[in-house]
Amino acid sequence: MTDATSQMITTADGKPLKAALAASLAVRRRRAFLLVAPLFLFILISFIVPIGQMLFQSFYNDTFSKNAPALVEWFSTHPEGSEIDESAYAALAADLAQMKKDRTAGEAGTRINYDVSGTRSLFTSTARGADKFKPPFKEAILQVEKKWDNPNVWRAMRSASSPFTLDFYLAANDLTRDESGKIVPVAEGQAIYKKLMGRTLMLSLEITALCLLLGFPIAFLLSSLPMRKAMLLMILVLLPFWTSLLVRTTAWMVLLQSQGVVNDLLVWLGLVRDDHRIQMMYNETGTIVAMTHILLPFTILPLYSVMKTIPPSYVRAARSLGATSWTAFRRVYLPQTLPGIGAGGLLVFILAMGYYITPALVGGADGQMISNMIAMHMQKTLNWSLAAALAAELLAIVLIFFWIYDKLVGIDKMKLG
Amino acid sequence: MTTATTDEGFVVFDHVQKSYDGETLVVKDLNLSIGKGEFLTMLGPSGSGKTTCLMMLAGFETATHGEIRLGGTNINHLPPHKRGIGMVFQNYALFPHMTVAENLSFPLEVRGMAKSEREAKVTRALDMVQMGKFANRRPAQMSGGQQQRIALARALVFDPELVLMDEPLGALDKQLREHMQFEIKALHERLGITVVYVTHDQGEALTMSDRVAVFNDGRIQQLAPPDELYERPKNSFVAQFIGENNKLPGTVESLEDETCTVRLQTGELISATPVNIRHVGQDTLVSIRPERIEFKPEMMPPGAHMIDAEVLEVIYMGDIFRTRMRVAGIDDFVMKSRNTLGQTRLHPGEKLKIGWHPQDARALDPM
Repeated sequence: MTDATSQMITTADGKPLKAALAASLAVRRRRAFLLVAPLFLFILISFIVPIGQMLFQSFYNDTFSKNAPALVEWFSTHPEGSEIDESAYAALAADLAQMKKDRTAGEAGTRINYDVSGTRSLFTSTARGADKFKPPFKEAILQVEKKWDNPNVWRAMRSASSPFTLDFYLAANDLTRDESGKIVPVAEGQAIYKKLMGRTLMLSLEITALCLLLGFPIAFLLSSLPMRKAMLLMILVLLPFWTSLLVRTTAWMVLLQSQGVVNDLLVWLGLVRDDHRIQMMYNETGTIVAMTHILLPFTILPLYSVMKTIPPSYVRAARSLGATSWTAFRRVYLPQTLPGIGAGGLLVFILAMGYYITPALVGGADGQMISNMIAMHMQKTLNWSLAAALAAELLAIVLIFFWIYDKLVGIDKMKLG
Repeated sequence: MTTATTDEGFVVFDHVQKSYDGETLVVKDLNLSIGKGEFLTMLGPSGSGKTTCLMMLAGFETATHGEIRLGGTNINHLPPHKRGIGMVFQNYALFPHMTVAENLSFPLEVRGMAKSEREAKVTRALDMVQMGKFANRRPAQMSGGQQQRIALARALVFDPELVLMDEPLGALDKQLREHMQFEIKALHERLGITVVYVTHDQGEALTMSDRVAVFNDGRIQQLAPPDELYERPKNSFVAQFIGENNKLPGTVESLEDETCTVRLQTGELISATPVNIRHVGQDTLVSIRPERIEFKPEMMPPGAHMIDAEVLEVIYMGDIFRTRMRVAGIDDFVMKSRNTLGQTRLHPGEKLKIGWHPQDARALDPM
């Protein structure tokens, strides 16, 4: 027996122990997997796949390339800088004719329109008579639409001829390509995304800070009260969760608008002149106030669950060792609440970064966030690829903050409740 | 502010009362004077008010009435951090986010001590509890006993004159607890500090203290050195709480200065030492320590009182035999006899005569 242990440990009837163990655990493992399988499938279908799809769309757009095979062929044989000659116009004519037949001119034109505005109508109007073009195509087409000799249109078509493109990421960062294909910033008046992203970041940080500032004392109160009273207060904290988000946001509109409750009260008290009512809605202030209120429970809950586990004897020990109440708080209590502060702050920050309804309703022009822009591109301009690129950037920023948090505090220390 | 009188103790509780809800008193009229360098233990069951007293002394609770003085100064309204009292908590309360050295350095830092001096003191305090190697550990990486030593070192590192300990050994296993008792006692003697120690473990109280204050129902039931507490309990609560005691209920038949006669419920007359007997005819509980009972005639002390007994059960406990007997109609009368060479082994059902010296039978108030 002692010899056997030095080589391979076996069970009583001589099977290798490892194999026997694996066999005996296999059933249990299979059963455990079956238990999580539905959730796993659900997450895969409803979460991983859509996000993958979204990320894919941000650098893949084939609406032009699949509808203009002849042009794609021409661009691949003629390198950048080639003269736009008769053969190019022949390919264009062939594609436009096909587009007319398939009714896809608008679709293809939309893709080029992202880069050079006004081109969608160029495609649709030219395609209308495309089946009647006769060689020489260059003259025939230019006769119908003079704009086709604009090099920008051809440059845009060249870049769209490959379904894989980083143009949408350029656009999301207020960048574009000039005539020579060099990456340059867009014109002064058109740069919006970077500013908006910056504002989204700032607003989210402000809201996170406000939530922590307001939530910390409440969580502390909750954790130090006797159970029965704490439960009552906890219901008050959770109450907003049971009310529709829309109702809560609308309530803030009623309160904060210039003819609203708060302004009426201030006027009545004589603190504000009737013709100088404070503008608290449809600007940044409105967004900050309403979102802080809505996201506050997300800081209180993790903070509370952390504070609940800190015995009062720590602060007492610090006090008995000679620390003032402020020092005891700063050096002993606060560091121990860090996991809660981190979890609550990160949660609120991530939620705020992607918040949509509240800024849309109360934000006005100044209080809009990047999610509102994404929604606009999804619903109004139908530039899904740009929306996807913006969303991907948002995701990247959130992941970067997550990473920073992990480096500073450690993700394993996070406590959500 | 009252000025110190010459014969006043280092710590004085002067008519202190404490109520949390305004309806019941947790501490009822506490008067206690603790001398400098004394090791005083507050002993009592949970809810007896002993921890509340400690918290008032540390400054975490305020007295509802009365005065607490430290070194002659009223400290009722002095915040905890200005009292300069070291404290050891039941769960150690070591700061989990600091290393051992940082924990010990904390009280010195808040006192604005220079770094070099701090380091020297921390090293000295760690060596004092034989934990020098652990300076860079975190509390979570240490065993309960090690954490306990660190907590002790932290309470002593800033050289307080008074150290409070709130059931510091409660979470340790028996062997470690006994070992730590000796260490704490040795530290107390070496440093000459005053210690107020709270526990519900009577063994701990007896082995460590100069004096023990037995708490019950918000009052000190008896304040005495351990031997006096054990051998001359003043009332039945103390007699019951400290050690094991046999109690025989009866009525006082006659009363003199040094002795009294008690008629037991079964009619026997026994003589006992009156402790808090006020008049003849009063109900009483006569208490006798199990180890003061003899059953061999040759070992009986002179003048011993003899009574009939029937053995019900014999438990072998290694160093002693614990014999449960029926005496005067009571079924749980216990006798402890040492397991010496040639000791007679008793058997259940055996009938015999047992006896004790009347001095060891103390007539107390009925509970």
